[in-house]
Amino acid sequence: MAQIFLPRSNTIAKLSLLSGPLLGAFAVWVCLVYARSSYGTGSGEVRVQPVPFSHQHHVGDLGIDCRYCHTTVENSSYAGMPPTKTCMNCHSQMWVGSDMLEPVRASYQEGKSLHWKRVYNLPGFVYFNHSIHIHKGVGCTTCHGRIDEMPLMYQKPSVLMEWCLDCHRNPGPNLRPQSEIFNVKWQRPSDQDERGAELAKQYQIRDTRFLTSCTVCHR
Amino acid sequence: MNPRKNLAPDVEALWDRLDRATGKKYWRTLDELADSETFREVMLREFPEQAPALASPISRRQFLTLMGASLALAGLGGCSVRPAPSRDVVPYVQAPEQVVPGEPMFFATAMTLGGAGVGLLVESHMGRPTKIEGNSEHPASLGATDLFHQASILDLYDPDRSQTVTHLGQTRTWDQAFTAMREALTQQHRRQGAGLRVLTETLVSPTQIAQMRAFLQTLPRAQWHQYEPLARDNVYRGAVLAFGRPVCTRYDFTKADVVVSLDADFLTCGPGKLRHVADFMSRRRVRTTPAQANTANMNRLYVVETAVTTTGAKADHRLAVKPYEIEAIAWALAAELQVPRPEAPERLAQWVRVVADDLRARPAGKTLIVAGDRQPPIVHLLAHAINRQLGNVGQSVHYTEPIEAQPAVQDGSGRAPEEPVVERIESLRRLAHDMDARQVDVLLILGSNPVFTAPADFRFTDAMQKVGLRVHLGMHQDETARQCHWHLPETHYLEAWSDTRAYDGTVTIVQPLIEPLYAGRSAHEVLDALTPVGTERTWRQRPGRLIVQAHWQAQRSASGFETFWQTTLHDGVMAGTALAPQNMALSESARRTLTAGPQAPRRTSDGLELILLPDPTIHDGRFANNGWLQELPKPLTEITWENVALMSPATARQLGIRLGGYTHGGEHGGYHQQIVTLRLGDRSVQVPAWIMPGHADGCISLHLGYGRAWAGRIGGRAGTRVGVNAYTLRTSDHFWSASGLQVNVTGATQVVACTQQHHSMENREVVRAASLTEYREHPRFATVRGREEAGGARVPLTIYEPHPYDGHKWGMVIDLTACTGCKACVLACQAENNIPVVGKQQVAAGREMHWLRVDRYVAGTADRPIEFHFQPVPCMHCENAPCEYVCPVEATVHSAEGLNDMVYQRCVGTRFCSNNCPYKVRRFNFFAFSDYRTESVRQQYNPDVTVRSRGVMEKCSYCVQRIRHAEIHSQLEGRDIFDGEVLTACQAACPAQAIIFGNMNDRDSKVASGKQSPLHYGLLEEFNTQPRTTYLAALRNPNPALEGR
Repeated sequence: MAQIFLPRSNTIAKLSLLSGPLLGAFAVWVCLVYARSSYGTGSGEVRVQPVPFSHQHHVGDLGIDCRYCHTTVENSSYAGMPPTKTCMNCHSQMWVGSDMLEPVRASYQEGKSLHWKRVYNLPGFVYFNHSIHIHKGVGCTTCHGRIDEMPLMYQKPSVLMEWCLDCHRNPGPNLRPQSEIFNVKWQRPSDQDERGAELAKQYQIRDTRFLTSCTVCHR
Repeated sequence: MNPRKNLAPDVEALWDRLDRATGKKYWRTLDELADSETFREVMLREFPEQAPALASPISRRQFLTLMGASLALAGLGGCSVRPAPSRDVVPYVQAPEQVVPGEPMFFATAMTLGGAGVGLLVESHMGRPTKIEGNSEHPASLGATDLFHQASILDLYDPDRSQTVTHLGQTRTWDQAFTAMREALTQQHRRQGAGLRVLTETLVSPTQIAQMRAFLQTLPRAQWHQYEPLARDNVYRGAVLAFGRPVCTRYDFTKADVVVSLDADFLTCGPGKLRHVADFMSRRRVRTTPAQANTANMNRLYVVETAVTTTGAKADHRLAVKPYEIEAIAWALAAELQVPRPEAPERLAQWVRVVADDLRARPAGKTLIVAGDRQPPIVHLLAHAINRQLGNVGQSVHYTEPIEAQPAVQDGSGRAPEEPVVERIESLRRLAHDMDARQVDVLLILGSNPVFTAPADFRFTDAMQKVGLRVHLGMHQDETARQCHWHLPETHYLEAWSDTRAYDGTVTIVQPLIEPLYAGRSAHEVLDALTPVGTERTWRQRPGRLIVQAHWQAQRSASGFETFWQTTLHDGVMAGTALAPQNMALSESARRTLTAGPQAPRRTSDGLELILLPDPTIHDGRFANNGWLQELPKPLTEITWENVALMSPATARQLGIRLGGYTHGGEHGGYHQQIVTLRLGDRSVQVPAWIMPGHADGCISLHLGYGRAWAGRIGGRAGTRVGVNAYTLRTSDHFWSASGLQVNVTGATQVVACTQQHHSMENREVVRAASLTEYREHPRFATVRGREEAGGARVPLTIYEPHPYDGHKWGMVIDLTACTGCKACVLACQAENNIPVVGKQQVAAGREMHWLRVDRYVAGTADRPIEFHFQPVPCMHCENAPCEYVCPVEATVHSAEGLNDMVYQRCVGTRFCSNNCPYKVRRFNFFAFSDYRTESVRQQYNPDVTVRSRGVMEKCSYCVQRIRHAEIHSQLEGRDIFDGEVLTACQAACPAQAIIFGNMNDRDSKVASGKQSPLHYGLLEEFNTQPRTTYLAALRNPNPALEGR
């Protein structure tokens, strides 16, 4: 019977021994990179909304405060989506004939809610609370980005758990004084390291062990 | 390869062993006491539920294939290429005031059950009620709830509720129904309503009572009947016997040093039960330092009863007797205390004498005799007389006007009836008789189910057929609805305006939390639509709010009404409406009755007696379609999903009934109980037998309410009944007990899902108890024992770095003295934490999901149990938690505040943690138990707690969502959490305040002082787990003169 394996098979066998784990590691690496990619997390993707509402115009150009619409952001887990009435406060006076605003007017007249698409789509087992973040010196733009520069709204960060934990492990870089919370143009000062540490003390921010306990966010 | 093994033991050998068994101090089951093979087998195979569920044998190759495939699928199932699709955000068009999305709101309301209301606070998430708490301002609640209150939220969302008006099964509109009824009423008007009958339950709503009177005024010869299957007729008949008129008896347990209960289950039944528990336990809790131990004091409770109740279980001395003997005891007690002429029965005489001595030894007004609802009027009279003799009236006993409407049956002339009290049973008898005599043309049933609950001898269903127009208002298409022409869907109490009175008369306005889910209407609205106004007899329809408001407006001056109304709604209590105590004197005829002494002694037959009892969880049957209540292990028996024939070990032995054969594993676990036929005259039922240590010999108890023919998908339908209908054995003259019971043991057996043997802790000394005398001598009796077991180690040994706690350090203390085993905590936990219902089969296999269980322990022999103890066991949140070390995926970890966190998203279902937990408090989702599909049931889920799916372990979280809520709120307000701000669901519900939760780092907190108590001990501390949930040992106060009796 002829030899099945030629001598060069040894090399192939050795190579495959080596390349197997390498391929496996590569596959894992691809998965991890993919999971963090904007395609995998949906970050940067503009959601199609019933009304193409522009934060750039309302916040950046007109300077409307976040809390004019998101009224409960300081005292509830939920920042609050404005009722149609809030839109109509102004739009019963201006742009009354705009086609773009037709769904808003229809909602107001028929008493039917607008159905917006959620931009930050947290899973059901995550219990995020806006009020405590605001209270502890985390500004709006830290998570939502420069919304004064966003004509249409999209999710800025990855909103992966590691992104949350980055800050829960080291909140210092993201802390600002209470006066700057709703300032969309706030920039990190050069001495943020010292200021952050001071603010953390002032806000009585709990230690990393507490902030990374599972039930802080998951129940 | 079927691991199922029938462990039915050798009967005689086991009985012998039971007779000899005296060694162990506390036991849970008879099997454990006898140390039977069953028990040992269960102990050896710690997790019987792990036995394979697959009945067919499966080869190794098949197994690997299946495992490989499921592993791959499970892995892939968790992955998705894109992020989850974006959900909608739906804001209001115009935001209502006060509603803050994401923050729950609480509204004060009240629930009426069994002729009395209890004030509640209902949690509402954006208009969706999810959880019920007690109203601490309300005298009947003081912040606590019972299991019916907790479970009523599930009734609201019951998908089987009737949803439309029907006429002969066909869908109709409300207008059509009203037109038909108004036509009939107009015809009746010509005859002054002579052919009209209205049937209600016991009414305590002042508005509805006024409405009923107004309605009857338009039809003076119409008659109003009231019926309640758990009627408290005897209480009122006793009052009439004693005082010549019906009065309510109100007890003040804070004043009583000695309480004697004559078959009164005052801790779990009756209008003021929650208040009774709070008051009674306030005199029972011992909170002294070791140095002051000799000054510790407790009240003392003597109970005479037939079946075992939680009140009996808490007694210092409990006497199990046949029902008729209770009357003899009451006479003897009265005799000893020189109320009437002295006379004592031979048996039980010494017991009575000692109790009488104890009562006499106390100062006047410091004792209390309570007669049970089921006792005949004469026992109530004797209790009144003894209380008077002991100077208790005005101290621990008060008399008030009755809180409910008296259902005086009018004789047709419109005159006030001569006898002010007409009992519920008589009332229904009159109705059945009139219907049978074809004197009734129109029958209007407002919210009751007489077809199911009427005594069998009334032949109510047959009589009903002779009525021309039958209308039923009810929440379900139940047995009665199906015998009526018209069925009208009724609102749940959380959907409609109403009012109610508490046990002391305090009025609460019942305000709705949500619009009616199914276009139901309340009894107020139906009555209003059927009451013509003015001489023109015009019809109108007012909404419930206007009806209730108009009633109270008429009672008060117009000025300041709005303030009064808003305050009353906000507080949940109408100020100043409690009824004033009255001075009552024993009537002349009562004195004569007492002097005459007992009538000819009641039959003392040796035959068996049947005792009918309200079901501890489904009440009179109205809660049959409530899965939470069906699955709640009944206090004391720990049986779920059915009723059984309860009997004492001696009676069982006489009848030839074996100890239950316990099998476990797979789909067929549970107790295989012999089925017995209970025959009373020509009526009989077949029901599994159950041996209940402590039950009186020669009697068999059966719970009412099961065997519903038209309850729903949970409570049973005609073909698939759940349990056995005990009402078929009930007659009007033997309402609560009947003699002449014949019992035949059939050859058949039935699986009974009883949780008593689940989660057994193998005879380790988990319950610790002592008498008050022992406590005074050795205040640290509980701790010392624990330390000895741990080898004297004071500083726990560990190789791990101890966890530092700078902030909060949560902990819990459970007072075993106060716990009455009522299980309101278990249901509160279920409602708060979205705990699923698993069904009878799964319970039998040991897969119930309750995060909190209440273990029952008994001391003494099987025939003479002398102590009962209840031990609620939630997660211990151990400092060195055995579960944490073994989880391969870190799904259970220690939090910075000492909680043992369970992370559902990480859990892969290895169940190592549950294997390693010595307390057996972890529950595994063997199947997708949570209901994701039924739209209405989903509305009940607490939005702050994840709903768990299949393959995930879960357990008590110390209500971490409530801790987070309090933490965030306190920090927003820039303060620390104050003691008592975080109430766990179980703690909030407990009427006895047996559960204390708080921050152990706060030295002044209640939990910290509880941990300092000499009674404090940890469960299985010798394992060095350092449990964070700990216990205060149970104290009892037995009378030394009755040692061991």
